[in-house]
Amino acid sequence: MKLTYTPEQQSFRLEVREWLAANVPKEKLPTYDTKAGFELHREWERKLHQAGYSMVMWPKEYGGRGCDLIDWLIFEEEYYGAGAPGRVNQNGQLLLGSTLLEFGTPAQKAQFLPRMASSDDMWAQAWSEPNAGSDMANISSKALLDGDHYILNGQKTWSTRAIYADWAFGLFRSEVGSKRHHGLSFLMVPLDAEGVTIRPIKALDGEDAFAEIFFDNVKVPVEHRIGDEGKGWHVAMATAGFERGLLLRSPARFQQPVRKLVQLYRDNKASADRDPSIGVAVAKCWSDAEAYALSAYNTVGRLNSGAKIGAESSLNKVFWSELDLLIHQTAMNILGATGELLASGSLAQEQAYWLNGFLFAQAGPIYAGSNEIQRNIVAERMLGLPR
Amino acid sequence: MDFTFTEDQLMFREAISRFLMTEAAPEKLREIWETAEGRCPELRSSMATQGLTALSIPEADGGLGMGDIAWSLMTQELGYYGIPDSLADTAYVGAGLFSALGDDVAGKNDYLTKICDGELRLAIGHQCSPLVADAHLAEVLLLQHGDEVHLVPRDNIDEVVNQSIDSSRRLSQVTWQPKPETCIASGEAGAKIWHETLNRGALSVAGQLLGLAQRMLDLSVDYSVQRKQFGKAIGSFQAVKHHLADVAGKIEIAKPVLYRAACSLENNHPLTDVHVSQARNFCSEAAALAARHGLQIHGAMGYTWEVDLQMFMKRSWAINNTWGDSIFHQARVQDYVLNSDADLAPSKTFEGA
Repeated sequence: MKLTYTPEQQSFRLEVREWLAANVPKEKLPTYDTKAGFELHREWERKLHQAGYSMVMWPKEYGGRGCDLIDWLIFEEEYYGAGAPGRVNQNGQLLLGSTLLEFGTPAQKAQFLPRMASSDDMWAQAWSEPNAGSDMANISSKALLDGDHYILNGQKTWSTRAIYADWAFGLFRSEVGSKRHHGLSFLMVPLDAEGVTIRPIKALDGEDAFAEIFFDNVKVPVEHRIGDEGKGWHVAMATAGFERGLLLRSPARFQQPVRKLVQLYRDNKASADRDPSIGVAVAKCWSDAEAYALSAYNTVGRLNSGAKIGAESSLNKVFWSELDLLIHQTAMNILGATGELLASGSLAQEQAYWLNGFLFAQAGPIYAGSNEIQRNIVAERMLGLPR
Repeated sequence: MDFTFTEDQLMFREAISRFLMTEAAPEKLREIWETAEGRCPELRSSMATQGLTALSIPEADGGLGMGDIAWSLMTQELGYYGIPDSLADTAYVGAGLFSALGDDVAGKNDYLTKICDGELRLAIGHQCSPLVADAHLAEVLLLQHGDEVHLVPRDNIDEVVNQSIDSSRRLSQVTWQPKPETCIASGEAGAKIWHETLNRGALSVAGQLLGLAQRMLDLSVDYSVQRKQFGKAIGSFQAVKHHLADVAGKIEIAKPVLYRAACSLENNHPLTDVHVSQARNFCSEAAALAARHGLQIHGAMGYTWEVDLQMFMKRSWAINNTWGDSIFHQARVQDYVLNSDADLAPSKTFEGA
């Protein structure tokens, strides 16, 4: 056990730190849940990409820089530590990207990964359906093979930022009459294809954060299928694992808000200390975020020595989503009467940061598979309890 | 950056686990619980034969020369099997204290050799614990008087022995007179020794709590698979599954925190106090939830003397507030986070190592 960085890792950290210090926008970018904000974030992503920091752990040939997972964790620490913008294309880059790297054909990797790294293509997920949320095996949207094409019909929902994205990926039932997780195929669909209709759904904050996607005889070439025909479930489970596990929620993503939370507490100490439980909660947030980071480094060590990560990613997801709630609830308790303010007013820059985070944290235990499902997965697959 | 253990460390853990599985099986624990002293000399000497007492003794003194990192594994086994012995206080915390003494301390190496061979039992009285565990069996006591470390034969103390909710534990109120001839360290050196001793003690408790949590989880999982209600194993009910999944979550998150604390202690990291207290808090939470949910899942059976759960549950409650109670360890973390001017940027997790 040696919990120190190599000189190479330290110099990588400093290089990233310097670049971010010089390039992170001084003014916070507007939310990416608006068209204009989305495009400003795309510009930021292009800048990152040009400097070689878009997807640090991808191979160089696909627009990455071939870093290992420890370097990635270091990059994330610096990225969030610098207060850099949220990653608008993470559904593509982190989830689909990881899936393509594992399951994609050489042609698919060459076609999709570089444009994903540069954010020339922005991606949305298309998993959920009105009757298939946490019970994802209940998918009924169809993709029927017709020569060298699939013909898609059906509906997806809760697709984050689909109204601004260029592509979507998800599961479709490709075998007529198949049940549950059999007969599903994992497809990538261009959202400007004929027959695709996208209808925004306003989130709690009133922005068009997600959307329904309707497919009416949409033609998708067979080459856009990842994995074998009818075997999409296996591929999708790997993607879901990335989502619940480390990749989508690097520890730094929680350590940075905790750092701000401690500052918020220190700035409002007299008021916050009216209730001693506030200080206790702030310290717990720090401790939990730190524990999550240690757990990530521990996991990376195990991955590097050849271990496969299974149901642990479900524990991860429960942990970070509950931590996110605690961080933001504690901030709201400190802010007290000003916590309800939206960003538009003169008072409200700091408040809006916390309010937006608070709203988003409410969704954590729901998305990426509800926490109830995660606990079932842990109980059945880790502990061996009967179904 | 590497959280993995060496082959030697893992193999030793495995060997000790197999050994304790039979030598400290629940029925044996129950026998030992019935004895007047709550301890079993044969168990202690067979643990010594297995090399447990030699674990952290320097190789020059005949030991295995492993340190806090190895103990972070071993204490989990001691907790998992609920061994009715304060072996860790002697072979880990006490051995650490002796090793830290100056070479001019008379008899230092003899004591280390005796610990190594399993021939010495000692008890430690630290100012954070008003009660001294196992003083009734110790040949010598290591006692705190301000910054002074005293090595006191048991004949020189008065003790009132008390029983714990854990039937194997005896805790003494000790009265004694510090004398120059028993003082083996003082001043800055003494203060440093007590400081490290507290951290070793807390880490030892943390590891044992984590082992206890895992044992309570395993017992509860087994019970929930066997026990039927409404015609089904209760482990198939979602409410039961979620209790157990939450315990598993507490255990998994505590592990790397424990290992980091051990690494910090072994390498004199400047934030060792914070890391150790953090580990103690996480392991304590895991054990507390494992006990609470374990009892719930066992139902009324869990409230009886009959099921094994009670032994591990009571051990976890008993040791939870030793080597610094929960308030002490939470305050050490809280002071650092809230009242220091430390920069808590995401990049700082491993800084100073």
